[in-house]
Amino acid sequence: MGMNRREFGKLGLTAAMASVAGIPLGLQRAAGQTRGGTLNTITHPEPAMLVTAISQLQPTLTVGGKIYESLLRYDFDLKPIPGLAQSWSVSPDGLTYTFKLFPNITFHDGKPLTADDVIFSMTKVLPETHARARPIFTRIESAEAPDPLTVVFKLKSPFSPFLGAFDCTTAPIVPKHIYEGTDFKTNPANDKAIGCGPFKLKEWVRGSHIHLVKHEGYYRAGEPHIDEIIYRVIPDAAARSVALEQGTVKLTQWSDIEQYDVARLAKLPHLDMTTKGYEYFAPHLWLELNNRIAPMNDKRFRQAVMYAIDRNALLKRVYFGLGKIATGPISSKTRFYEKNVKQYEHSPDKAKALLDEMGLKPGADGKRITVPFLVTPSGELYRRVAEFLRQSLLRVGIDLQFEGTDVAGWIQKVSNWEYSMTTNLVYQLGDPAVGVSRSYISSNIRKGIMFSNTAGYSNPEADRLFEEAATATSDEKRQELYSAVQKIVVEDVPIAWLLEQDFPTFTDKKLKNVTTTAIGVHETFGAVRFE
Amino acid sequence: MSVVAITRYGGRLSAYVLGIASGAVKIIGVILVIATFNFILVHAAPGDPAQVIAGQSGAADETLLRQVRSAYGLDQPYLVQLASSLKKTLTLDLGYSYRQQRTVLSLLLERLPATLLLTGTAFILSLVLGTALGTIAGTRAGKWSDTFFTIVSLLLYALPVFWLGLMLVLLFSVQLNWLPPFGYVTVGVEMTTWQRIADIAWHMVLPTLSLAAVYLAIYARLMRSSIIEVKQQDFIKTARAKGVTESRIVMHHLLRNAILPVITVAGMQAGGVVGGAVVVETVFAWPGLGRLIYDAVLQRDYPVMQGIFLVMSVVVIGLNLLTEAVYRMVDPRISVRSVT
Repeated sequence: MGMNRREFGKLGLTAAMASVAGIPLGLQRAAGQTRGGTLNTITHPEPAMLVTAISQLQPTLTVGGKIYESLLRYDFDLKPIPGLAQSWSVSPDGLTYTFKLFPNITFHDGKPLTADDVIFSMTKVLPETHARARPIFTRIESAEAPDPLTVVFKLKSPFSPFLGAFDCTTAPIVPKHIYEGTDFKTNPANDKAIGCGPFKLKEWVRGSHIHLVKHEGYYRAGEPHIDEIIYRVIPDAAARSVALEQGTVKLTQWSDIEQYDVARLAKLPHLDMTTKGYEYFAPHLWLELNNRIAPMNDKRFRQAVMYAIDRNALLKRVYFGLGKIATGPISSKTRFYEKNVKQYEHSPDKAKALLDEMGLKPGADGKRITVPFLVTPSGELYRRVAEFLRQSLLRVGIDLQFEGTDVAGWIQKVSNWEYSMTTNLVYQLGDPAVGVSRSYISSNIRKGIMFSNTAGYSNPEADRLFEEAATATSDEKRQELYSAVQKIVVEDVPIAWLLEQDFPTFTDKKLKNVTTTAIGVHETFGAVRFE
Repeated sequence: MSVVAITRYGGRLSAYVLGIASGAVKIIGVILVIATFNFILVHAAPGDPAQVIAGQSGAADETLLRQVRSAYGLDQPYLVQLASSLKKTLTLDLGYSYRQQRTVLSLLLERLPATLLLTGTAFILSLVLGTALGTIAGTRAGKWSDTFFTIVSLLLYALPVFWLGLMLVLLFSVQLNWLPPFGYVTVGVEMTTWQRIADIAWHMVLPTLSLAAVYLAIYARLMRSSIIEVKQQDFIKTARAKGVTESRIVMHHLLRNAILPVITVAGMQAGGVVGGAVVVETVFAWPGLGRLIYDAVLQRDYPVMQGIFLVMSVVVIGLNLLTEAVYRMVDPRISVRSVT
């Protein structure tokens, strides 16, 4: 291989400086290549802790997903595939769920994982510590372990999404012998994060990195393929891009890379990019409208907002194509999506006609009404979205007045309904009964609770259909009910749905099997390997 | 020793002890005022840790909010919370972060060494180089070297720290590949102690330069003006008239007098360097206190916020006392004045 003068000079200088510092030259370049089996990646932000049963913050789930495992995994269509359970069955009445575990599963401390650990996690730990799992697992009436490898759950009433709740972010298994009889949240073992996943915690230098190494007693033969994973804490977006570009890290996920940098990095020859692996979460971006106050309490106004926004332009210019236009409350990535609903194409004329009908006539300056807009303080992207929406709505005479706050203030205002309009990104969590209905059913209008029905939408027919769909036992019946409710809700437009947002996962071309399931980078990574 | 001498000595000692005691009481008073002020400020901001955790977890319910608020004591009356906070301050208990499930003290101790290493090095570097450059510029006022150093220091002063940091990364890490772009150590590699020290030093180069640049410029500008001013003083002219060599004039007369304003400003800014470190630590992923402060504020992690603010306030008070001591050491007239 040839080397030009500039490259030769560069190498010489680097070698000289490295030798002065007394560091082996190999350490200066991509650290991920030093041991062949080391995956260097990023955690952003740094997790507060790694026990996914106790903290459900996104970085905790990304790193903790390698340490903790659950009974099932889900393919890209959200169909269950074996996790810790090699097989499972559901009784015809939809009340009894039986799981058969793989043999020889051990925790990182060497103790075996049995059906007792599963029952303890689902019935004792998660209902107390996991806000998302609590409404699911409190539906269990009884849990039994006929033998160490069999778990039988009996539900109080049928709840079809139950089978969709056994991914490692919703239902991680923790060791009963460590947590039984203790305060789960302050158990000293939380620092050690003992799970049964393919990787175990070796070292966590706060503010710097988290070092995971192979769990030698992992139950899947030959896994994990790589020896270790190092999650680097890199708070600055530009530094993260540089790290990926230089090859210092081999994997980035979620919002590690800013939208505006995605297209440039996707063209680099040493990188692959995919937007798959977020199907379970199906992030739904919307313009939230407080249905309690005028003019948002008028359906015509909300429809006018939908017609006024050119969502194609939003997708193209602000999101650089990373996503898809949302058509209603359920994402096309989530089960029971219905595409045959009322369409809100970009039509300022229709928007103006609806506003005229409401009596909101334009003044001399073309403005019909001024509405406060709470800007979501989650980075530059949301600021751009806000600017885009202001321009779009101003064209039909709706003048948005920006209000600013920080994350804590924003969450407080939205939770307490102290806003008129804002943007929000909400995950669908695999099933409409878990991640969708919560934003629309009137029984979930709960002041002070984020991700409840904060818009204040209330429609008894929609309530009935959502409730029936959650408890129906056949997929056909559920599809029928969800299709019906989607048509009603889209007509009512309680929320102006904008995009099904995509997140990019960048991997080094030599890194394989990163995105294999619907939870993508949250998955265990046992199958991840370097080519 | 005579009885008179012993009495005099004893009197001095008791005055000294009294002085220290009254100083300590004042400092404790100041710390309590700071702790109260911190508490009020921190709790006055909208939002609370429970809502932030709920918001960032993607799901929430009343149980979660109740659990977190109870853990932080937010379910107690406001005054009870304040009293509990002050009591903890007096017993040197910095509290417990529910979010991180760790004591604030352990969080601080984990991060403090990295920040002290970075800010200390940058501070000393900027002080030494700034003083040296300012002296060169001041003693050669009006010459090309003065113009050059003045322009350089102005430029460094004007550059935003984060921008300078990014540009240094682009040049030395991306283009030239000489220095690591972020982090404080090469992770996942076995190293001897010396290799590790060298590796950390290697990682420190860019963040230290970025942080030192602004302060270096300030000290250089200040030293230059001070030198020019002191140069006009009569005692310098007298020294020259007596035939003292130029180097001796600079080292013994000029520098000693001209450095006083620099010490004052340096003392005031020493605490501020930690603030500047927030930006540098973010750009270079340096695992220090700066980032901990930033995250704690965004997450409304009250105990961590209050703990860090308190420790930083104490550090600033300590640095001010140190500055005063150095001042007296450099300029004996000050201690004479304070006694008389």
